[in-house]
Amino acid sequence: MKKATLVFAAVLAVGGLAVSGCSGSGGGSSTGAANSSRGPITYVQGKDNNNVVQPVIDMWNQKHPDEKVTLKEQSTDANQQHDDLVQNFQAKNSNYDVVSVDVVWTAEFAAKGWLQPLEGSLKIDTSNLLPATVKSATYIGKLYAAPVSSDGGLLYYRKDIVPTPPTTWDEMMADCAKAKAANISCYAGQFKQYEGLTVNVAESINGAGGEIVKSDGKTPNLQTAEAKKGMQQLVDAFKNGNIPQENLTFMEEPSRQAFEAGKYLFMRNWPYAYSLATTDATSVVKDKFGIAPLVTASSLGGHNAAISAYSKHQATAHDFLQFLESQEIQKIFVQKASLAPVITALYDDQDLIKTNPYLPVLKQSILKAVPRPVTPFYPAVTQAIQVNAFQVLSGAADVNTGLKNMQDAIKSAANG
Amino acid sequence: MAVVDAPPEKIKSPRGKKTDKAAARTHERRAALWLIAPSILILAVVIGYPLVAAVIQSFQKDAGLNPTTGLFEQGGFAGFSNYTHWLLQQCGPVPCPPGTNCASFWAAIFNTFFFTIVTVVLETVLGLWMALIMNRAYRGRALVRASVLVPWAIPTAVTAKLWFFIFATAGIANVILHAQILWTSQAWPARIAIIIADVWKTTPFMALLILAGLQIIPDEIYEASRVDGASTVQQFFRITLPLIKPALMVAILFRTLDALRMYDLPAILTGGGPGNATTTLSILVVDQIRQGFNAAAALSTLTFLLIFAVAFIFVRFLGANVVATTEAQQKGELR
Amino acid sequence: MSVTSTEVAAGTTPKPAVDGRSRSSSRARKKAGASIRTGIQAIIIVIWCLAPFYWMIVTAFRPVDYTYDTSLIPIPATLDNFATAFSTQLGNHLLRAIGNSLIVGVSVTIIALAFGVTAAYALARLEFAGKPFLAGIILGASMFPAVALLTPLFQLFTNLGWTGTYQVLIIPSISFALPLTVYTLASFLREMPWDLEEAARVDGCTRFTAFVRIILPLAAPAVFTTAILAFIASWNEYLIASVLSTDATQTVTVAIAGFTGSQPHQEPYTAIMAAGTIVTVPLVILVLILQRKIVAGLTAGGVKG
Repeated sequence: MKKATLVFAAVLAVGGLAVSGCSGSGGGSSTGAANSSRGPITYVQGKDNNNVVQPVIDMWNQKHPDEKVTLKEQSTDANQQHDDLVQNFQAKNSNYDVVSVDVVWTAEFAAKGWLQPLEGSLKIDTSNLLPATVKSATYIGKLYAAPVSSDGGLLYYRKDIVPTPPTTWDEMMADCAKAKAANISCYAGQFKQYEGLTVNVAESINGAGGEIVKSDGKTPNLQTAEAKKGMQQLVDAFKNGNIPQENLTFMEEPSRQAFEAGKYLFMRNWPYAYSLATTDATSVVKDKFGIAPLVTASSLGGHNAAISAYSKHQATAHDFLQFLESQEIQKIFVQKASLAPVITALYDDQDLIKTNPYLPVLKQSILKAVPRPVTPFYPAVTQAIQVNAFQVLSGAADVNTGLKNMQDAIKSAANG
Repeated sequence: MAVVDAPPEKIKSPRGKKTDKAAARTHERRAALWLIAPSILILAVVIGYPLVAAVIQSFQKDAGLNPTTGLFEQGGFAGFSNYTHWLLQQCGPVPCPPGTNCASFWAAIFNTFFFTIVTVVLETVLGLWMALIMNRAYRGRALVRASVLVPWAIPTAVTAKLWFFIFATAGIANVILHAQILWTSQAWPARIAIIIADVWKTTPFMALLILAGLQIIPDEIYEASRVDGASTVQQFFRITLPLIKPALMVAILFRTLDALRMYDLPAILTGGGPGNATTTLSILVVDQIRQGFNAAAALSTLTFLLIFAVAFIFVRFLGANVVATTEAQQKGELR
Repeated sequence: MSVTSTEVAAGTTPKPAVDGRSRSSSRARKKAGASIRTGIQAIIIVIWCLAPFYWMIVTAFRPVDYTYDTSLIPIPATLDNFATAFSTQLGNHLLRAIGNSLIVGVSVTIIALAFGVTAAYALARLEFAGKPFLAGIILGASMFPAVALLTPLFQLFTNLGWTGTYQVLIIPSISFALPLTVYTLASFLREMPWDLEEAARVDGCTRFTAFVRIILPLAAPAVFTTAILAFIASWNEYLIASVLSTDATQTVTVAIAGFTGSQPHQEPYTAIMAAGTIVTVPLVILVLILQRKIVAGLTAGGVKG
């Protein structure tokens, strides 16, 4: 029976490991007082598409040889970035000092006690920043992250068919007659079941005057006439073909590709599509399209930079945050990476407008932008919205049932 | 193997047969212990530890939000509530509304079993066919073998993106079919897309294992049966199939276990599909980890128990048993 | 089903054919028909397996602007995507990732085979108490969803301070490969005849030598098959690598998943397909070399009566 004893001992050892390793669950209010020590830090963000962040970091490192910043890049997929941050925070990893957080995750990480509130010695000045971006970085009255980049939706339209862009949803739907005459489809958005669907649906509901959650960030408020109107206008557009069925498979890239191939009159997309539509060899709409603010209320995209509660050099981290928000660096982000700046004044900067002509239009979109629900339960909330909105838009459920299910699902998500 | 002659000779020793046998037994046991220990040890650390951790965590409540501070706090002991959450669709006091993870539980079970049964059956049949062709001698056989392995050799992430690309609304699949099927946005097209991609990718796995089994069969048996007048079909059912049964059963067993844990392909191809049409249990676990990992631990444990039950049925009733007593086999009694 | 040698040795006198033609030419026609049928089936198999791969290669040669073009041959063809795949400008290191995958893959294969063969031998040829239980544990390792391993393993290896090493990638892959390796080899070893091994031991070999010199070569097809499967499984492994590898130890799957376009939201399909092609070709060559070993027939001669 020696074998059995060996196996039993192995199982016990494994169990012991399990119990001891089990302590790393996110917990409680561990945001202690900020430490004010300085030293080298690591900055974690998703893949740096245009190789613009490393040179910025090199600029910092030259001026601060004792407080060097190392860049750690995560994958390109937003979900994986989220999970990577969660895992490292749960493991209380002190190697993640400054992290780039999508605007919709800030509340979740703040509520789990993983982010250091930016108050006291870590305070930063937010007076020159876009108000919507500051709101996205605030949780229960405290600022937990520094906005670094923003993003808003733009309406791309074919100016050879529609010389003046519409300003309301009804006007846009009326313009669809011109699309039919020109033998192309009317409106393209992102309606596949993923985060983009939450963005598009939120834009429609917010644009109709409704809201998804109340200002406490938890209580759903979807049983209002405005919310119904926002959903109904999408449903009607799908039904009468103003939004063709294939939109149910569209993410950003397929919609951009369809618009560039000349198949659509209008497209809702992020600013990144502007330069591609102008320069792609296969784009047939190169000089035939214009941009306008969305007729609905734009969602807010973008990233904030936050200081990890487990960082050992928080004073350095704080200075690095201010560096990222400085005007000089923000200008570099706009010009080299087509990101939208967070400093309000930069939208009127003439140099930037020369290289990024969409800035004035983007400013109008962002000033009217409504952030997606700022809630610590964002993953569950967005899932509730995505699943039910898709059911409604694909015709599997009617608007009332869909909104009610969305409401119930958000309520049960917010109750843990 | 058909040819087993007289039982093996035992080496005689002066101490007498009985103590000799006992000594040999102990020696055998100790040798076996050392031979198996490394495998058991690695598996205990890599799989056993997370499994035990998951079970322990599944009895804890997920952290709840303190309404005054707005911060998460440790949940306490949960009893079986995490399990009833999934099995009985209880989201706290109310039944789970659509759009939450737990509402997708039974759908995920259906999807997982549906995918498993369909893909394993298709892959077994196609794999058997491919193995039989690969086993024959003809010019260019090496090319066939290499091309059969190509689908399996491409990294899964690339394969998933390739098929996503093929099944895009403007992709080549719709062009070839002269149709405008919304592959990723309708339930059944999405399921079919996943099945096609998975069968393409994994049939080589079955084909290779079955081929190894075919290699062991000596040609003389076929020769002899042909002399006796057996047709090809009879040869297949009376000779080939019984002789490759061990390899075939192992291949089917492991393919089934893998299919029940399918994650990569549906996650990248459809993301869980329109609604939850292609959500498998593993996808549900990943989604739940993002929202509350103690409930996810309960789901992982449930998945494990489910797969254990399936494997048990396989081993017990379908003969995938590889560890029959060697003594009986030594005596030539056992197949 | 036993076949005596007399039946094999004895030929049969050719029976007169029904329609006057000799029996051997009718058999020759049947054989020719059979090999045409085999040939057709082989061609179908090759087309089925290679068609999507062809599409992958075609896409790899298309310029980025033409990503969604559906012509069968890439008319504006370019090598840009291959250059992009290999370029280190955007932080991708495909060559290094290929090297990492090779290191991990070879280590996993060797160790998994070593552990697997020994465990399979014990399960198939030795007698000891608790055998079904241990076999069950080994099988049980294939029953737990891999996605649920990520967080505990991440915490365990971080606590051990092993981030950025190769062993955190090798050890989990070994445990994924072990159950299949053990079971496949066990099922083959179980079928091996006893008399050979016993004969060798009577001649004075130790059990170990008998095993290595006689049984293992007979099981060569199974050994090489499981080696290929273990290597490819490790090559394909994504989940663990994505969580436990760092920039320096990134494997191929993680590297390709990290490809980006020059703009956010952009999906660089052409570059991904180019990288996929680059990564698959060495594997195919490897298999072409090894496939002769898979089919090393059982002609050792010691088996037949």
